[in-house]
Amino acid sequence: MSSVPLSAQLINLFASVILLMAFAMLAQRRVLPLINLFAIQGAVLAASTGVVAVTTHQAHLYWSAGLTLALKALLLPWILHRLVRRLNVKWDVESLINIPTTMIVGIVLVVVAFNVALPISQLSSTISRGTLGIALASVMLAFLMMITRSKAIPQVVGFLAMENGLFLAATSATYGMPMVVELGIALDVLVGAIILGVFFFQIREQFDSLDIRHLERLKDS
Amino acid sequence: MTQLLAIDALLIAACAWLAVGLAGLAAPRNLRFISKTLFPVGALVGLGVGLLALFSLGQRPETAVLAIGLPDLPFHLRLDKLTAVFVMLLGFVSVGISIYAAGYFRKGEGTAPGLLCLEYHVFLASMLMVLLADDAYAFMVAWECMALSSFFLVTTDNRHAEIRRAGYLYLLIAHLGAIAILLSFGVMTSGSGDYSFAGMRAQELSPFWASVAYLLALVGFGAKAGLLPVHVWLPEAHPAAPSPVSAMMSGVMLKTAIYGLLRVSFDLLGTPLWWWGVVALAVGLATALFGVLYSTVQSDMKRLLAYSSIENIGLIVVGIGLTLIFHAYKMEGLAALALTAVFYHCLSHAGFKSLLFLATGSVLHATKERSLGKLGGLIHRMPWVAWLALVGVIASTGLPPLSGFVSEWLLLQGFLFSPGLPHPWLNMVVPIAAAVIALVAALAGFAMVKFYGIIFLGQMREENLKEAHDAGPWEKAGLVWLALIGFLLGLFPSSVIGVIDGATKQMLGAGLGERVREQGWWMLAPISAERASYEPLIFLVTIVLSVYLGKQIVRRLYHGRVRRSPAWDCGYVFQSSRAQDTAEGFSQPIRRIFEPAFRMDRHFPTGRDEKPYYTVKVEDHFWHWLYVPVARAAEFVSKLITRLQGGRISVYLMYSFLTLIILLLVARP
Repeated sequence: MSSVPLSAQLINLFASVILLMAFAMLAQRRVLPLINLFAIQGAVLAASTGVVAVTTHQAHLYWSAGLTLALKALLLPWILHRLVRRLNVKWDVESLINIPTTMIVGIVLVVVAFNVALPISQLSSTISRGTLGIALASVMLAFLMMITRSKAIPQVVGFLAMENGLFLAATSATYGMPMVVELGIALDVLVGAIILGVFFFQIREQFDSLDIRHLERLKDS
Repeated sequence: MTQLLAIDALLIAACAWLAVGLAGLAAPRNLRFISKTLFPVGALVGLGVGLLALFSLGQRPETAVLAIGLPDLPFHLRLDKLTAVFVMLLGFVSVGISIYAAGYFRKGEGTAPGLLCLEYHVFLASMLMVLLADDAYAFMVAWECMALSSFFLVTTDNRHAEIRRAGYLYLLIAHLGAIAILLSFGVMTSGSGDYSFAGMRAQELSPFWASVAYLLALVGFGAKAGLLPVHVWLPEAHPAAPSPVSAMMSGVMLKTAIYGLLRVSFDLLGTPLWWWGVVALAVGLATALFGVLYSTVQSDMKRLLAYSSIENIGLIVVGIGLTLIFHAYKMEGLAALALTAVFYHCLSHAGFKSLLFLATGSVLHATKERSLGKLGGLIHRMPWVAWLALVGVIASTGLPPLSGFVSEWLLLQGFLFSPGLPHPWLNMVVPIAAAVIALVAALAGFAMVKFYGIIFLGQMREENLKEAHDAGPWEKAGLVWLALIGFLLGLFPSSVIGVIDGATKQMLGAGLGERVREQGWWMLAPISAERASYEPLIFLVTIVLSVYLGKQIVRRLYHGRVRRSPAWDCGYVFQSSRAQDTAEGFSQPIRRIFEPAFRMDRHFPTGRDEKPYYTVKVEDHFWHWLYVPVARAAEFVSKLITRLQGGRISVYLMYSFLTLIILLLVARP
């Protein structure tokens, strides 16, 4: 193991923490801890990006690390916290499939993701190429969370966590996207979260609950 | 270029039509300006188009490239003799219809007159562009313009649900046909990416792919022309449309489909295979027989004419089939005979069917009635329309000395030579087709006697028919023009054949021109004078003389007074004009004899009925055999697909998720 430099070890560590957080979110039943987990994931992502920036001296990566920290670790969790308090939906999150089954499906997904990512990460020459599998796995786990939750806020958290995974994939495969793209995505996520927040109020006003199963009535019949 | 080519002049004419249409938009409610100024101007342009085409039949092919279209994909245009024949048809027939339309459209009949004027002239211009197009792109653009403008014309009176339904059916089948045509063009490029007709001519297709292209073209153009089994739109759309539009669609638009079929099978595909001709022959015969049988049993006058159009298209396609067979066996002289018959029938059908549709328009305006059962005796109130319609009826039944006889006679002459085919089965089977054509001609006569007799002869079946008035001057002028076309085509066949001979020569390398010209203009003997010849003027003189002399003799021998008295009343106490033979009753024998061909829904009165009534509804077998199952299958499949939309967001997310996983697993680098 001595041949692996410290920075690479740090990146791998952060990446595994991100994956751990993804699993933790999948298993978390309550809304506020879920948001906290999301904030931790964002912070770790920012740290990992920072390490990559220090190692490779890519100036724009400092910017993206700072942006990630500000947006995903601080601003968005704060918005979500406020939303939960305002909407008063702190109770347990019921999931459509029970948690142990979800975890097993999650493990299968991680195996799939690693296998799929293997040939791509061999093509890549970046220092953080080993984490591509982890990035893909966290995208899929976040997706799985969106599928299995029936309340609106956990779905939004899943959506934001998916963006985290994508960001990690981008940094690990190619040292991040161009700055313009990154700014655009960051803005999209922010605007998306705000619009969804407005939707929450509307949904609750209509149905007196944030259970998205009520939306089933909206289909064409 | 200082010299103005004919093709440039035709393009200017197309632009003039568009300009006339747009001028209509400027004052959409000003009926007087639109009908008395714009439509006559459109007719003048049509006259110009016809004369230009007549002129260019003797010229060399001209090409032009229009700078409009997509970048690097300009419109190629070409005016050769095949195009010229059909442009001539379009031009001359549209003159009559436009003049008639100047007097036809009234206020309060659906679409505003200005919009109607635009649609009508766009329809004309797009038909001209279809004929001129020299690449698949320009062709399809013009073809779709034609379909759309005619769709809006059909649904002019869109307040009625049945008219909207007819329009929808028309649009649906038109698009089905357009897809088949597009695919056919695609096959003909054989992957070269060159969609110009010149490029397609240069391709050497294998027999298999050439056959695929031919069959697709037959389906695609057949859908527009009304061939079996994609004919169902025709009897719905023609009665729905205003009469000048029905006349234009039946007289001219169906011929653009025939043009397309000729263009593909003779020009673009090179040498045909013999069985293509057999397919066209069989489909054409089936269509002709079907059309004529159904036209005999209709009781709506425009629907009767629509089925008669199906029959005539069937005859034309039979002619194309015969030409293909002769052409495949290199018997070019006979192929030229059959092709001349095809051209001739296109021209004569365009003339007489427009005339008849316009006549029904006048009857409709005078009586507000389309059902034959409520008409009758109109010759007393509408002598002009009645006598002019008689010209159309005689031409349509194929009686000398009018146009229909010449074309059907030429076609049968072609069949008489089919035993000479060097193929053991064909030379025995094809003559049977001639017998079917004879049957079709006889039944067409029956249908036309019914049409004319019930509308114009006998006594008036309803009281309000007494208030019927004859057509106005514009309508009369349009009808007279079309009747003159019928006389011209009937009386001077040799001269007409001399004119269209160029197109036959261009397509087959042989023609009837020289032989016909040697014999002089008064007589027509396509093969040789010993075998068969026809002198229309002698027929005309004989008919006129015998009618005149007969009338004189009767007047001399009898007392010369016209006396009207009640007919023999069979001992019934009450007798009214309703006791005349009805439309249903007239065709009852045919309905009996050909019973399996119809799907009938009848209700007979019983002795105990309070209000006894009798109805018979004749429906199309194809609708129930082909269209209803297809519609049900489509509905079933769409219901299955609707199940995907369960309304649960998690399930929708699952779809994307599974797709993502599968793509990741399948698309390995």
